Amino acid sequence: MLDVLMLSRLQFAANISFHILFPTITIALGWLLFYFKVRFDISKHPVWMRAYRFWVKVFALTFAIGVVSGITMSFQFGTNWPGFMETVGNIAGPLLAYEILTAFFLEATMLGIMLFGFSRVPSWMHTTATFLVAFGTTMSAFWIIVLNSWMQTPAGFEVIEGVVHATDWFAIIFNPSFPYRFSHMLMASALTVCFLVAGISAYRIYRGDNKKAPNITLKTALFSAALLAPLQVFIGDLHGLNTLEHQPQKVAAMEGTWETSTNVPMLLFAVPDEETRSNKYELAIPNLASIILTHSASGEIKGLNDFIGDHPPVKPLFYGFRVMVGIGILMITVAWWCSITLKRKGRLSRLQLKVLIGMTFSGWIATLAGWYVTEIGRQPYLVSGVLKTADAVTTIASENVVFTFALYFSVYIVLLIAYIKTLFVLARKSIEVEEYDLTIPGGKHNKPAMPLNSHAEVF
Amino acid sequence: MNDFDANSLAFIFAGLTCFALLLYAILDGYDLGIGICLPMRNKAWRDTSISAIGPFWDANETWLVLSVGLLLVAFPAAHSAILYKLYIPATIMLIGLILRGVAFDFRAKVKESYAVHWDLTFKTGSIIASFSQGFMLGLYVMGLEYTSLSVIFALFSGLCVTGAYALIGNCFLIMKTSGELQLYAIAQAKKYGGLTFMGILAVCLVNLVVNDTTAQVWLNSSWAILYAGIPILCFSMFGLGYTLLKRLPLDNDAANWLPFVITIIVFISCFFGLVVSFYPYVVPGKMTVFEAASSPESLRIILMGAIVVIPIIFIYTAFTYYAFRGKAEGLKYY
Repeated sequence: MLDVLMLSRLQFAANISFHILFPTITIALGWLLFYFKVRFDISKHPVWMRAYRFWVKVFALTFAIGVVSGITMSFQFGTNWPGFMETVGNIAGPLLAYEILTAFFLEATMLGIMLFGFSRVPSWMHTTATFLVAFGTTMSAFWIIVLNSWMQTPAGFEVIEGVVHATDWFAIIFNPSFPYRFSHMLMASALTVCFLVAGISAYRIYRGDNKKAPNITLKTALFSAALLAPLQVFIGDLHGLNTLEHQPQKVAAMEGTWETSTNVPMLLFAVPDEETRSNKYELAIPNLASIILTHSASGEIKGLNDFIGDHPPVKPLFYGFRVMVGIGILMITVAWWCSITLKRKGRLSRLQLKVLIGMTFSGWIATLAGWYVTEIGRQPYLVSGVLKTADAVTTIASENVVFTFALYFSVYIVLLIAYIKTLFVLARKSIEVEEYDLTIPGGKHNKPAMPLNSHAEVF
Repeated sequence: MNDFDANSLAFIFAGLTCFALLLYAILDGYDLGIGICLPMRNKAWRDTSISAIGPFWDANETWLVLSVGLLLVAFPAAHSAILYKLYIPATIMLIGLILRGVAFDFRAKVKESYAVHWDLTFKTGSIIASFSQGFMLGLYVMGLEYTSLSVIFALFSGLCVTGAYALIGNCFLIMKTSGELQLYAIAQAKKYGGLTFMGILAVCLVNLVVNDTTAQVWLNSSWAILYAGIPILCFSMFGLGYTLLKRLPLDNDAANWLPFVITIIVFISCFFGLVVSFYPYVVPGKMTVFEAASSPESLRIILMGAIVVIPIIFIYTAFTYYAFRGKAEGLKYY
């Protein structure tokens, strides 16, 4: 049987992988909804409210799964990783507390108004609630990425008798990797949502929905993606350079570089082997890794052999990085290809719609791959240079962890399937609804009399 | 802020953690309770019941994150010591919370024929979560050890907490509904009120017999006369509540909020009863809040934030309750 360390890691990985899927959507979707609502407030055109009403349902479902899967984290920190709080609690504690106080309550409370309050409060207040929910999700991302970045590149602390104490909160919050990781994650969220919205809208159009709303959301999503995907490559590059500076062993594993050398080629494909400490089946572009990372063909890159016994496992980083970059390139290509067609002809071909439907959840895969690279890339440390993962783990019997891991895992699989199916069910329901069978509720206290679950509710 | 020494900070954070936990029990208590009693035979009632809690449940659950979070950040040693012992029941509770949380949202979005399955998931998840919370409370009271006696007590405590949540849930429904559903909620509240009353009585007696230190505090300490006020308040609220429930609904739906308030007072007095029994221990008999507290410098940082932010949280929470005041109606997404 696996030991309690590996089991706890797997369980935490499963929990956090499942969890991150949903905040990745809600962070950017909140802002998109705010945009729809503002457009409605300005133009009073009902199509914006229809777009809002469809996507706010997706938001509600996504948010709920994000909340409940997030609660498990606050338990597992203590149950499975007691050494984490014992060693770095003086820094992690305040950051987590601020996340709960300034973000969780704001988003969870304002969500009620955002989802159900349009007929109960003035429209501007509803718009404000939408803004606050979006702001809250972003604040939550801010605090948790501060903590994560600090674990990657710790700063502003001293160690007294094995316990970390804060010396400079500004240095802790704006630790070296934070600005890059935070921007990279916000962009990842934006792109995930762009392709989600584009995919579901394309699905509706593909299924014969010729109303205005899916066309408008498709256009918004595609044009944003065309703009943001190249920007993400730029941010990602900066993040990579920052990682090279602070965690060179991570970059060496991502690149599959064993020996420190100059003129390092970029490996398009290879099979890294930690036994022989070499790569098989290399397919490489000469000098490119040196050029990207040092901006000079003869630039030197540190190899993994400089970090023997102290570097992360190579394969997951090497492959994870290629999956992330591959999807990124695919996103740029598809976003531009479809945006240009949309601009010229006003509509997409059946093939383009199909491609977009296929890429509905591509952002999830890229985001997960990216997080695997950075998190596995921190190993064997939990907090770089300060605390090893193995030293923080619980002494709970491994049978118990097997039991809980199996429980979480099966629930998550079921929920993931139900979530994806429900998104497409929502899309199909909305196709059947006539475009103009709705009265758009105006001013405040306009009490809706429609029952739950009616088709009119899902325009 | 720098005036506070380590011990007063530990005391303040123990207070904050308890406060968050009490608010959680009251707030998520009522929405869990509505889940526990969800009438599977009547879809319209289910829709109304659920729309009564729709705008609130997300925020209610956040109080659990805050209380567990405060325990984690302010008393990390206690967090791992307690949850180490409660690992399995806590996981089962989390699964229950996950199931009910998502069922709540899925039910309104899937095909009509599937909706009833999600309703059942909502009910089951609510029962699992409530029962596990009660089980954990019972085990905590028994000193976090698994003996046959403590497990039997914990199972019984699981039933009591489930009953108490069902009580407060129905009292919330009495306030938020009208007509037949309100009558149903009144009948249910009477039933669960009786169960909760017997449960609390039994827990008090068992606790006095089993825990010597607890008996010492309640019967022999110099504060005993003052402490006696807690059970007196609690049990007189049951008397008042029962008399009231027999007469409800009154003309013009007067006093529809009163059972809910009475139940809140019951919750508060039970909670204070527990606090009095265990203070200053955070892990019963093993670790006091002063031993478990984090370093003063990080507690100070958190306290600064808490003092500024918690009042703001109250303001916008009050605003939400104000916006959704009155009887629940079919909720509509906008």
